[in-house]
Amino acid sequence: MSKMDRLEQHSASKAPVAVSGRSRRSLRARRIATPYLLLVPALVIYGVFTIYPIYRQFDISFYNWHIFPGVSDPFVGWSNYTAIFHDPVIRTAAFNSFLFIVITVPIQMAIGLFAAAVLTDHMPGSMFWRACIYIPVVTSWVVVSWVFSYIFASQGGVMNGLAGLFVGHTVSVDWTAQTWTANGVIWLLSIWKGVGWSFIIFLAALDGIPRQLVESARIDGANEFRVWRNVVLPSIRGAVTFVTVLLVIGAAQVFTQIFEITKGGPYNSTQSLMTYMYQQAFSNFAFGYAAALASLLAVILFGFSAAEIRILRQHDV
Amino acid sequence: MSRFDGTATLSTEMAPPKKPPKKPPATAAGPGLFGARRRNKSRLVIAIILSVTSLGPLLYMLSLSFQPNGGLLGATVLIPTHPTVQNYVQAWTENSFSHYFLNSLIVAFATVVITVVFASLAAFAFARYQFPLKQTIFYFFLASLAVPNLLLLIPQFLLMDRLHLLDSLTGLVLLYVASNLPFTIFLLRGFFEAIPKEYEESFRLDGARTLRVLWGLIVPLALPAIAVVSMFIFSASWDEFPVALTMINSSQNYTLPVGLADFIGVHTVAWGPFFAASVIATVPVIVVFLISLRWFRSGVSLGAIR
Repeated sequence: MSKMDRLEQHSASKAPVAVSGRSRRSLRARRIATPYLLLVPALVIYGVFTIYPIYRQFDISFYNWHIFPGVSDPFVGWSNYTAIFHDPVIRTAAFNSFLFIVITVPIQMAIGLFAAAVLTDHMPGSMFWRACIYIPVVTSWVVVSWVFSYIFASQGGVMNGLAGLFVGHTVSVDWTAQTWTANGVIWLLSIWKGVGWSFIIFLAALDGIPRQLVESARIDGANEFRVWRNVVLPSIRGAVTFVTVLLVIGAAQVFTQIFEITKGGPYNSTQSLMTYMYQQAFSNFAFGYAAALASLLAVILFGFSAAEIRILRQHDV
Repeated sequence: MSRFDGTATLSTEMAPPKKPPKKPPATAAGPGLFGARRRNKSRLVIAIILSVTSLGPLLYMLSLSFQPNGGLLGATVLIPTHPTVQNYVQAWTENSFSHYFLNSLIVAFATVVITVVFASLAAFAFARYQFPLKQTIFYFFLASLAVPNLLLLIPQFLLMDRLHLLDSLTGLVLLYVASNLPFTIFLLRGFFEAIPKEYEESFRLDGARTLRVLWGLIVPLALPAIAVVSMFIFSASWDEFPVALTMINSSQNYTLPVGLADFIGVHTVAWGPFFAASVIATVPVIVVFLISLRWFRSGVSLGAIR
């Protein structure tokens, strides 16, 4: 900087060079400022609508927060957090969310990887099959939730109709009104709609493996299983990490399917953490409590993602 | 992007993956004709099963939307015996789905444009400049990827209330842009970095300014990637439900998912118009997806996620 200043002073003393000196300084200033200026729009939006709410969430979680104007919001310290551990519905909701993650994520990934391995380029019409498998991903959760509700309707639903053909008399199971069948419908729907996403990511990852690597392993006499275990899977570890982290984060916020199919019922038995948080905030207006729940969940998920990325990175080395 | 097309062929001989290795040694070097044909056949069967499962519920929805409303429940035939477009007429006109459609279109389009422009600027800074705090700012953006967006519903609701942006499409767009930015920046940075610097240098020698380099060179070269990213953002904001449900109150501002959920709550038995409206809500995203398909290969496999 000082060198620059001196340069400018120097050139300023000689009138003809002054212009070039000043413009060079402004040029340098501009070069320093450019990346920051490029970042400003994104930073502003992101800061106001994502980062500030994160702070605000923690803030609210320490108050007995109401949204009604004129009502006082007393500071209650950690009591919203301690209340979480004494809430019986939380236990159900946490269990349901956990089950949802451990059931839907691995199955989606397994089917997605299997489909990606089968539908390679050499296959006739591979683009068509790929499009078919991906289409559920772009559909709306509200729409497909009701399509599945309809398929599993107690009166005249397709599932009961098919079951009736097998057993020989009318079946009227109310799938979405009982805890475990309702959970099953929700899982099935989520897997069905999610497979295409991991499929497309794995497809890209498999395409990226050098072909010679696989062929030389095969020439060395490795069978399919060993080729997959020793060559293919290690090569796509990055994609596996990526898919796992994003699917778990996505599964942890399972909301629309449950909200539309069961509303968390019967008697809160299909509630997930997200639907329960939503209910606490926007039906019971317990904003402070819901914010505490959301904050706790955010910290847990953040820790999980960081840990998972680190573990899978270590294996990479 | 051409360097990624070259790697496209590899997995042919890896499939099917979980098949027990019971082949004659000849297949190790290259599958015999019979083996290849049989394998192709079983792959075709798997492809058909996967596709039918994927499209089945949607085709069923399509079929239901053409059934007369009366005989709807219990319809187990895929081809309607007395097809009618009455459901569509009803959904589009009487139930103001045309209005929700327009709202969704405005929101999704605005979200795509703003997100892609802002993310391109930021990704360009990350891909091409060295500056203090670069890594910190980048991780600052990435951090929110690890936290589910929905968890911010409460503070975002209060913020929107404060900014008088509750029940407004503008507010919705701002929230969608904020939630789509990190991922988009992350992907576009990878794509921009893959573009050789030499192009840019010759461009700059002609005296082009930074923004000219970005819009005139980098963005056109990254167009396949941007098309794919735009498709992701479009379908995400077109289908988004929880945030819209929370922020939007009056029916004139409903987007399609909120309108659909509200409709089913009010008219529990009007399945015909509901499925017609569902088809109306589903077709645009599928069309956008199919259009983006031609860039899918080069865009997605660009390696930002490896």
